[in-house]
Amino acid sequence: MSKDIHIKKGLDIKLKGEAEKFTENAITSDVYTLIPEDFHSIIPKLSVKIGDQLKAGEAVFFNKANEEMKFPAPVSGEVCDIVRGEKRKILAIKIKADSQQQFVDFGIKDPKAMKADEIKSHLLASGCWPFIKQRPYDVIANTANTPKAIFVSAYASAPLAADYDYVLAGKETALQAAITALSKLTSGEVHVSVGKSANSPFAGLNNIVLHKVSGPHPSGNVGTQINKISPVNKGETVWTINPQDLVIIGELLLTGKFNAERIIALAGSSVDAPKYYKTKIGSTITCLVQEKLKGSNNRIISGNVLTGKAKNIKENLGYYDNMITVIPEGNDYELFGWNLPVFNKISTSRALTFSWLLPNKKYDLNTNTNGEHRAFVVTGAYEEVFPFDIYPMQILKSCMYQDLDEMEQLGMYEVAPEDFALTEFICVSKQPHQEIIRKGLDLMLKEIG
Amino acid sequence: MGLKEKLHTIKEKGKGKKWLPAFEALHTFLYTPNETTHSGGHIKGADDLKRTMTMVVLALIPCLIFGMFNTGYQHFNAFGTPVEFLSMDAFWYGFLKILPLVVVSYVVGLGIEVLFAIIKGHEVEEGYFVTGMLVPLIVPVDIPLWMLSVAVIFGVVIGKEIFGGTGMNILNPALTIRAFLFFAYPTWMSGDKVWVGGAVERANEMAAGADVAAVSGETILGSLAQGKEVAYSVYDMFFGFIPGSVGETSTLLILLAGIFLIFTKIASWRIMLSSVIGALLMGLLFNGVVNAGWISEGSRFYSLMSTEFWHHLIIGGFAFGVVFMATDPVTGSQTNKGKWIYGFLIGFISILIRVFNPAYPEGVMLAILLMNVFAPTIDHYVVQGNVKGRLKRLKAKTA
Repeated sequence: MSKDIHIKKGLDIKLKGEAEKFTENAITSDVYTLIPEDFHSIIPKLSVKIGDQLKAGEAVFFNKANEEMKFPAPVSGEVCDIVRGEKRKILAIKIKADSQQQFVDFGIKDPKAMKADEIKSHLLASGCWPFIKQRPYDVIANTANTPKAIFVSAYASAPLAADYDYVLAGKETALQAAITALSKLTSGEVHVSVGKSANSPFAGLNNIVLHKVSGPHPSGNVGTQINKISPVNKGETVWTINPQDLVIIGELLLTGKFNAERIIALAGSSVDAPKYYKTKIGSTITCLVQEKLKGSNNRIISGNVLTGKAKNIKENLGYYDNMITVIPEGNDYELFGWNLPVFNKISTSRALTFSWLLPNKKYDLNTNTNGEHRAFVVTGAYEEVFPFDIYPMQILKSCMYQDLDEMEQLGMYEVAPEDFALTEFICVSKQPHQEIIRKGLDLMLKEIG
Repeated sequence: MGLKEKLHTIKEKGKGKKWLPAFEALHTFLYTPNETTHSGGHIKGADDLKRTMTMVVLALIPCLIFGMFNTGYQHFNAFGTPVEFLSMDAFWYGFLKILPLVVVSYVVGLGIEVLFAIIKGHEVEEGYFVTGMLVPLIVPVDIPLWMLSVAVIFGVVIGKEIFGGTGMNILNPALTIRAFLFFAYPTWMSGDKVWVGGAVERANEMAAGADVAAVSGETILGSLAQGKEVAYSVYDMFFGFIPGSVGETSTLLILLAGIFLIFTKIASWRIMLSSVIGALLMGLLFNGVVNAGWISEGSRFYSLMSTEFWHHLIIGGFAFGVVFMATDPVTGSQTNKGKWIYGFLIGFISILIRVFNPAYPEGVMLAILLMNVFAPTIDHYVVQGNVKGRLKRLKAKTA
């Protein structure tokens, strides 16, 4: 059974600095960092202290609200620092890696023979549970729920995104093991979406419903696919998981080890010779980008340019990210930038902006906002890049004035901040759409749950 | 140290000071700010509100220049010393008449915007860019400047700022200004004197006993409302060689501006198209009533009702209102479906008011203001359709 998805509304943002399909080993990081903030809405309780020796896969902290949910060390080593902020909030846990890596042995499992409860507790104990996220609210999945379906998007349409077909090549056995296990946790199907003309490692797997996706970004966003395949109604839950994290789950089942290794793309117009690197979750960014950047006035982003997090070079790769993007900072003034014809930036209008003439040109965009923050004025523009059956401006406004009933009615259960990345990109009023949606979701999670 | 660095230093010094918004208004006029993204997406599209608004002003400039020629042309014609339309004489007369209107509109309007920005401590917003250019184009050329100032103050403060400024207002500010003028000073906004530069002055001289010929210039709608013969050809109406508010007369230029705004995706083609459909339909209905013989030639509505339905598009302010003011995204309908209904009703009601309001034969201003008030209601029902669809999907699941 296969259902093709074609998206018409959207926008492909074509940038310079795509990663070449060639993988190198990144310089091994001395220190690996876990950031509790990567796990939105989780309140961490530490299970280690400075000086403790850890094996890879051993719990570093757990979820205060659900003590079974553990967050594992990506490497074996010594806890060398715990960074705290205001009110002793835990900001980061740093682990100095051993030269010889040791793994906790969680035991080799046969997912076909396991029951749903066994799989659940195995994933929780091994620290693989946080890879599973849920909608509504776009947070780590609630262990008490049974989702109506599980969605995996193996098609990345975001700007410069790592090509899943390339990074997952040869991982079929691990993917199959993870899929077999996860398919027992849902009452419905596991939906996997791949590119229309792609040569995906998912193509031959069992226990999945395969969808072929085409059209502009956000066609590869899992939220778009959920909306087209089986939108989330009130009271329903779906789970989502990134393909590269399926590999970690699969390897856990096959080998008994928590292996935090992943292939990431280093891309962006400020990168010399962008390509793929083999590294581990939590690795220091310096090891990835050292002596590979052009100039010094750059923005380093863990993730893609639309949804990633800005990072300092000494910080680390985000827990869920499979790419680092580096683009120039735009902290400079531009003479008459508001009325001169524009040839070097992307626009969906034709207001003396000419990107519509050259649909295949690749752009070197920087981080300038290209204008000041204003109230919503222009209407009808968001709809052109927003493929959901949802009124984008109305739902944003309902989040701003915090009307819970209206938020629910307009479809908040179906969306995640990343679904609003494109409307944010084209927003003439420069409103922070993703932040507005995140705050709205947090409010609903707190009030409705 | 270059200008860029100097201005940057002043901006840094001004942080937290009262005068900063006024300085920043000038600074951002010269330079797009050095602001970078800090949350969410790291890159942004090229368009900002300034660019969007500038496009509308750009589309208005031909209407403004044509208005200058036409003001002079109408003046010299009415005073018995006709000149060529495209002559320096005509342009210079119009230029001297209209420039003060533009200056007063911008100085007073932007002055209030800056004042509010300083009091409320926010940046000066671009909304008045467009309003300030619209206002001189939708008033009779002889309007006294003090009246214009009072109206602009009223329009900007009551029409916009008390709701929270650009993006928050319910009524179109330019039309609020015009409506204020119309109801406060009706003798300056209608009749057969105000549409020709100098005609009011001449009438006053005559009243004082001077022995000079009377000068009058009735708009086409004014003539029709009184059942008079119309002295202008369809050709004149379309190209705009007729009396009327400064910028509204040339349907050709307004049409080109409309095409430009649709092409640049600044204004909604849905609103423009549906307004025209609404107006044509209403015009056809009236023509039908006349053809069926339900109305006698003696009726005071006869001449407007029997006006060919498509003439409504090229006389009066209909075209100007539809292209430049009905399409205001803040006060218009915000949903695509809503825009069809909103535009259609503007066209429909404009012609209805034209025909049935003998005192004031121009209906488009009131039609747009009325629909501004109803736009949120239209949107509400459109959005409810989406909400109902979602509930239905849920019921289908649980049933």
